[in-house]
Amino acid sequence: MREQILRVLEKNSRIGVDELAIRIGATEIDVANEIKAMEEEGVICGYHTLIDWEKTSIETVSALIEVTVTPQRGQGFDVIAERIYNYPEVQAVYLMSSGYDLLVNMEGKTLKEVASFVSDKLSTLDSVVGTATHFVLKKYKDHGTILAKKNKDEREKFVL
Amino acid sequence: MRDLLSKTTVALKPSGIRKFFDVVSEMPDAISLGVGEPDFDTPWHIREEGIFSLEKGRTFYTSNSGLMDLRKEIAAYIGRKYNVEYKPNEEILITVGGSEGIDMAFRAMINPGDEVIIPQPSYVSYEPCARLAGATPVIIDLKAENDFRLTAEELKAAITDKTKILVLPFPNNPTGAVMELKDLEALLPIIIENDIYVLSDEIYAELTYTDSGHVSIASLPGMKERTILINGFSKAYAMTGWRLGYACGPKEIISQMTKIHQYAIMCAPTTSQYAAIEALRNGDDDVAEMRDAYNQRRRFLINTFKRLDLPCFEPFGAFYIFPCIKKFGMTSDEFATRLLMEEKVAVVPGTAFGDSGEGFLRISYAYSMEALKEALGRIESFISRLQ
Repeated sequence: MREQILRVLEKNSRIGVDELAIRIGATEIDVANEIKAMEEEGVICGYHTLIDWEKTSIETVSALIEVTVTPQRGQGFDVIAERIYNYPEVQAVYLMSSGYDLLVNMEGKTLKEVASFVSDKLSTLDSVVGTATHFVLKKYKDHGTILAKKNKDEREKFVL
Repeated sequence: MRDLLSKTTVALKPSGIRKFFDVVSEMPDAISLGVGEPDFDTPWHIREEGIFSLEKGRTFYTSNSGLMDLRKEIAAYIGRKYNVEYKPNEEILITVGGSEGIDMAFRAMINPGDEVIIPQPSYVSYEPCARLAGATPVIIDLKAENDFRLTAEELKAAITDKTKILVLPFPNNPTGAVMELKDLEALLPIIIENDIYVLSDEIYAELTYTDSGHVSIASLPGMKERTILINGFSKAYAMTGWRLGYACGPKEIISQMTKIHQYAIMCAPTTSQYAAIEALRNGDDDVAEMRDAYNQRRRFLINTFKRLDLPCFEPFGAFYIFPCIKKFGMTSDEFATRLLMEEKVAVVPGTAFGDSGEGFLRISYAYSMEALKEALGRIESFISRLQ
């Protein structure tokens, strides 16, 4: 049941417990308990909205920053990762397998804001030895959802 | 200009939904629940394989029977999913959709006067194809109280000494009914005793929502040698427009079907055949994902009809639900017409699939949840006005 709940919620976190229960063929109480348990266990970490900021009047700049660091003895990458992910403008931090160490996804209001974050905050951290910043020019697909999608049903209206 | 047209062809009934189609096309804000094909796009990796085959210049005919690689994949697939072993070189024919297989099977097997038993409500092509092949159709009216499954008694009552073929259209369009193992086993002695062949149209096999999944009658003892199994890619992989299906059966029948296919069709579309190989090799997850989505919508509809007090048996196959509207004192046609005019929701009257569909509607759930919710809301307000 967990996997079924997660698969539905992953695509639509706004779904009500009643509808979710119907769709997966379970009782509302079981679904509600399971969701609560998964929230407590940290399986479900949050409920977000996927926004295409391009379609709003709000300006945002998104960048992917490759960060090379010197790992700390006894703590590996975790301490430096924590120092980075605590910045609220940082959307995501991943430890990578090759080429560089951490991939940082950052959202800022302007190019300048991102640039100053990298030069003033990120680069000046003791264990950071290098950064490479890539600005996102256009988002085609995010979180498994195609952003510029036409949703027209082009099928014939009746097919037996 | 005397005898311009074939009397047999002229005598065939035209499709019963033409008038709905004409009305709906003039109604831009109508919601249609009348479509018998998946709402999903063909999974991208399958489409890409089709594109790749075009880029590589694979634009020639294939062999009449279809690409050997595809027939091998089909044999492996039927073996692993439905537990029947077919020889790719002589027991499988790649057809232009499942529909062609139905037509070819009748033409390869029927002699004038042979009877073909067709359970209804069912897909619209069996009866005309049987007639065109010179057969006499014998209709079994399936019953709601049996969940529209075919029973041994019904079959027995329809058999005469002229009976040649039984059409087994399960999972069923339009009712969504399935035949489980026990249902098929009950038919077995009658079929074998009366030396009947079975045309088993299993095009919706992958869309079965029982725990045990679809059972092919060809997998039952003594049945492979008397079954023509029809299946295809349209419903399972959302590939309707690719026009690709297949027939599996005894080599004597398949070779005669291949002969007609060779003269009438040459071969199934080459691009589609290459795409289908990819579908069978790497498409299991896509099928599971789509089946899961259909199943969620199915549960949603069953639940909603229950809430609306609209009698409906639980369908376990395909992507249709077949509620009964007899309590409103209208024919299927009247109900569907008024629903369209008053609430702009298009559904198919059950009678489009045979007289026994009277009093029922075929509602397709090959639509997004959003569309289904909107449509069901309109159906609810229509019904509440009637009561």
